[in-house]
Amino acid sequence: MIKQIMAVFSKDVRSELRTRYALNALLMFVVTTVAIILFALRGEHAGPTVLAGMFWVAVFFTAMSGLSRSFVSEEERGTTMTLQLIASPTTVYFGKLLFNVMLTILLVAGVTIVYLAVFPAFEINDMSIFLLTVFLGSLGLASAATIIAAIIAKAGSRGTLYPVLSFPILIVPLMTVMNATVKSLEGTPFSDAMVDFVVLISYVMVMTAGSVLLFDYVWKD
Amino acid sequence: MTFVKYGSIALISFVIVAGIAIPLTQSPQSWLEFPVIPGLEEKARNIFFHVPTAWTTVLAFLVSMVYGFRYLRTKNPDYDQKSVISAGLGFMFCILATVTGALWAKFNWGSYWNWDPRQTSIFILLLIYGAYFSLRSAVELEEKRASLSAVYAIVAGLTVPFFIFIMPRMMTGLHPGAQGDSSGGGPLFQSGMMAGNMRVLFYVALVGFNLLYVWLFALRLRIARLEDRQRLRQHRED
Repeated sequence: MIKQIMAVFSKDVRSELRTRYALNALLMFVVTTVAIILFALRGEHAGPTVLAGMFWVAVFFTAMSGLSRSFVSEEERGTTMTLQLIASPTTVYFGKLLFNVMLTILLVAGVTIVYLAVFPAFEINDMSIFLLTVFLGSLGLASAATIIAAIIAKAGSRGTLYPVLSFPILIVPLMTVMNATVKSLEGTPFSDAMVDFVVLISYVMVMTAGSVLLFDYVWKD
Repeated sequence: MTFVKYGSIALISFVIVAGIAIPLTQSPQSWLEFPVIPGLEEKARNIFFHVPTAWTTVLAFLVSMVYGFRYLRTKNPDYDQKSVISAGLGFMFCILATVTGALWAKFNWGSYWNWDPRQTSIFILLLIYGAYFSLRSAVELEEKRASLSAVYAIVAGLTVPFFIFIMPRMMTGLHPGAQGDSSGGGPLFQSGMMAGNMRVLFYVALVGFNLLYVWLFALRLRIARLEDRQRLRQHRED
């Protein structure tokens, strides 16, 4: 089982590394979004609340531009049938989830580096809260984005619907993660952020369990 | 169905009359007087309209989810039909709850909309309904449309408990029953702030609005089935 999941995952990584389509698109999207935020701020000094919000705005829209690739590319290349034949739905789902988690973590790391370089006020005062927030946030984002990507790939119009369908589902982790990021920037004690982590962990578990059970119905035509 | 139809009309009319006409007094003596709830006063009457519609919204969503789930299990298009109808009604009740809530907020908090956790959660619910219908309009094949929208309804339904039950109680808000509310947390009708007669009228309103939902549901199901039959007949004639 785990071997098969890793096989699906490494297949995706290999085909991604061949073209670097998603990686390049994500990187360019991060740069574009941060540039727009910089233009909008016009040298105004933003506080931690605004910066934390903007941070996840950049992550959300970048994720929405790239994460649907995992399933849409299978449909476009016509490889869905082959994948259906050689692997069980559960392994396909977890392979794709793993790939999306990796992409999201890379993406968040990219946004963090750009933010640290560009905004002097973006100072992480509590590293443990920040790292845990970023990690759990990536898991939450990827877990919801994967099942929606599977739905989108089967629906007719691919690009436009993705953020529309994802946003209502992602509001809960986004709001929690913004909360926790503010705490990490302000350097509040770790116990204060526990509530957010509990909500995030339960969200990831509920979302993943639900997706595994429902994936069958989306994946098979 | 006639019982449901006239029952809902009678109960809701009764609630409209009684909910608006019964006077508020400081120390109620008889059954025909409501106590004054501090901080709510006359605006407390909204309980009989806003809370039942919000309740029916969640109920309609749940029904839609359950029928979506049954569709996935059986692939019976009738279940998909019921799922959509319930979602449509839920959307209508959701708009009603949002409007009554915003009107109440204008007089209690001073502005129609100020992103209280409760307002955020009903906004998300509106978004989910909107996304559900845009997904349905995007897929042409009936079978695919039914199963994809059913999956989306269930996935979205999984997040509903988070923002209906967890977030409003986790974050401080002004909505009655929220964490930071002066009455000390917990929904109004649990903390004993509502008098017996208010509670009775509230439950009457709840039953009335639920009957209205059942009646509209049956009505729209009948219309949908008749339309299907007509389409079939036309098809045969061609």
